[in-house]
Amino acid sequence: MGILEVKGVNKRFGGLQALGDVNLSVKENSVHAIIGPNGAGKSTLLNCLVGKLIPDSGSVMFDGKSVLGRKPHEINQMGISRVFQTPEIFGDLSVLENVMIPCFARRDGAFRLHAYETVRKETDIREQAEAMLEDVDMLDKRHMTASSLSRGDKRRLEMAMCLVQAPKLLLLDEPTAGMARADTNNTIDLLKEIKAKRDITMCIIEHDMHVVFSLAERITVLAQGTPLVEETPENIKGHPKVREAYLGEAQV
Amino acid sequence: MLGLERKDTYLMLAVAFITLFAPIILNPFPAGSALAQFNAGYPDLMQRFVIFGIFAIGFNILFGLTGYLSFGHAAFLGIGSYSAVWMFKLLSMNVIPAILLSIVMAGLFALVIGFVSLRRSGIYFSILTLAFAQMSYNLAYSVLTPVTNGETGLQISLNDPRILDGPSNGGLPVTSLFGAEMRDSTTLFVGPWSWDFSVGYYVCAALMLLAFYLSVRIFRSPFGMMLRAVKSNQQRMNYTGLNTRPYTLAAFVISGMYAGLAGGLLAAMDPLAGADRMQWTASGEVVLMTILGGAGTLIGPVLGAGFIKYFENIFSKINDGILHQWFAFMPDGLENVMVTLIHPFIGKGWHLTLGIMFMLVVIFLPGGLVEGAQRTGRLFRRRDRNAGHVESDAARQRAAAE
Repeated sequence: MGILEVKGVNKRFGGLQALGDVNLSVKENSVHAIIGPNGAGKSTLLNCLVGKLIPDSGSVMFDGKSVLGRKPHEINQMGISRVFQTPEIFGDLSVLENVMIPCFARRDGAFRLHAYETVRKETDIREQAEAMLEDVDMLDKRHMTASSLSRGDKRRLEMAMCLVQAPKLLLLDEPTAGMARADTNNTIDLLKEIKAKRDITMCIIEHDMHVVFSLAERITVLAQGTPLVEETPENIKGHPKVREAYLGEAQV
Repeated sequence: MLGLERKDTYLMLAVAFITLFAPIILNPFPAGSALAQFNAGYPDLMQRFVIFGIFAIGFNILFGLTGYLSFGHAAFLGIGSYSAVWMFKLLSMNVIPAILLSIVMAGLFALVIGFVSLRRSGIYFSILTLAFAQMSYNLAYSVLTPVTNGETGLQISLNDPRILDGPSNGGLPVTSLFGAEMRDSTTLFVGPWSWDFSVGYYVCAALMLLAFYLSVRIFRSPFGMMLRAVKSNQQRMNYTGLNTRPYTLAAFVISGMYAGLAGGLLAAMDPLAGADRMQWTASGEVVLMTILGGAGTLIGPVLGAGFIKYFENIFSKINDGILHQWFAFMPDGLENVMVTLIHPFIGKGWHLTLGIMFMLVVIFLPGGLVEGAQRTGRLFRRRDRNAGHVESDAARQRAAAE
């Protein structure tokens, strides 16, 4: 029984069957990648996991509880954090504030009217956020406005914001999309480092084979909304079905 | 002090100083001098400064922090006024119960209107709030006449019950704070100057200082940080486990309560309430005040409110006669040309001047008057720092020489 269990999920947009009977099981503390050609339904699946989309049928269980019908903030409070394709951060706020907000969310829940307290006096939250920034080597940038960071730093910041919540599952939506090779390698190193330091389950949606093969322990291949195979990276490389559906276009 | 950082404490003290000595500061010209028409230190106008200051401070908590642009905040101002006048009619001429009811009623209405309007964001939110405010205006104007007294406006009268005060003897009673009448004032004459210290103004000023203090606390609180996060990226908020809806709703209700307080004070200074206080132009005015002063800054809305009310009351009083006096030193032909040129910008044309100034500010100082002040400040500070470098260089050379 995995930490994330997807069973028989279907999602249809008008005449398009985006997801057809998807089954997926992500083991706790593993790195699981979902790959597939464009339009295979990777993003649709991810959106079903975080509450942005509701599947037409099927079940999504996380940590023994159903996530279906819950709002994104409720699913996050259950322990699922999400990294976006383009980093989603609070651009107008300082780097430190960016990391303090998830700390508040973790301590105070989805809403609290703490209007008469003072941010400056929240030393616990501040220390927690600074320790996290130290961890991703961004402590010296804590007073910068987040929007002025480089793309790579924005990605680091977004990871820090997700990790400081100590999520049980981290979902990554094409974390290296549009990056140069050097940046991609940095991201891979960052993710490896993160994985080495803590107990966390990662689920990566990725296009880039290099990333997938350097990180993933299990790989699920999606094609036209249906999972073709679920295997270890070694077995995926030579799998004929995968070659046909996906690798045929881009030789590895 | 009072749980504020040092910088905010200074700001608070500066605002307190200016507010308390406003009757003197705003009357810099001796009474009777040619420039006396620019004096703004009379009670009626000063009360407007601080009351609309409160209105704008509250509006800024919503618009400045969350970025939700409400075009219907005048509805809460009007609701505050009506509630206060009803309190004067039914209970007592004391302003405290009236103001309390204003705040509560405006808060309740804000809760309902905000709950519906905040389901949408951006322009749709603005349109929804505008629609609600215009509905309130039209209801107050016609359908709800038994409550609002329609066109005439709600006023106090001799046969009101006023349970706590008992029957009045003689004329209409006046609003008061435990016996101190709002319209009471003492005039101080110093040489050619005269300064009016009015009870009403100081009641409003004290409440504005309290309102300002609370707004500083909100700005510096985790709640305030969440509101800025809402403005910055709602998607990230949701995926960080935060529910944006109650945050925006709380901001909406708080700003509605500020508007209610302002409306209650307007009625406390002059116990009548009319539907026109709820009209969309009044909602637009508070938007202008906030943007002109600097949305999202602490002091900006107060500056903007003062600025607009000054123009509305002082610039609009200048007429052609006064212009002729000013340019009397010129040859007749030129004098007439000057008067004709300036004529559209003064008197009833003050809106034109204000409009031009608003455009200039929005184009060149997107952060409003506050940004203007900061830029000027930075200009001076840079000069200071350069001077400082020279000194420290000199010190280093001296140290090296020794």
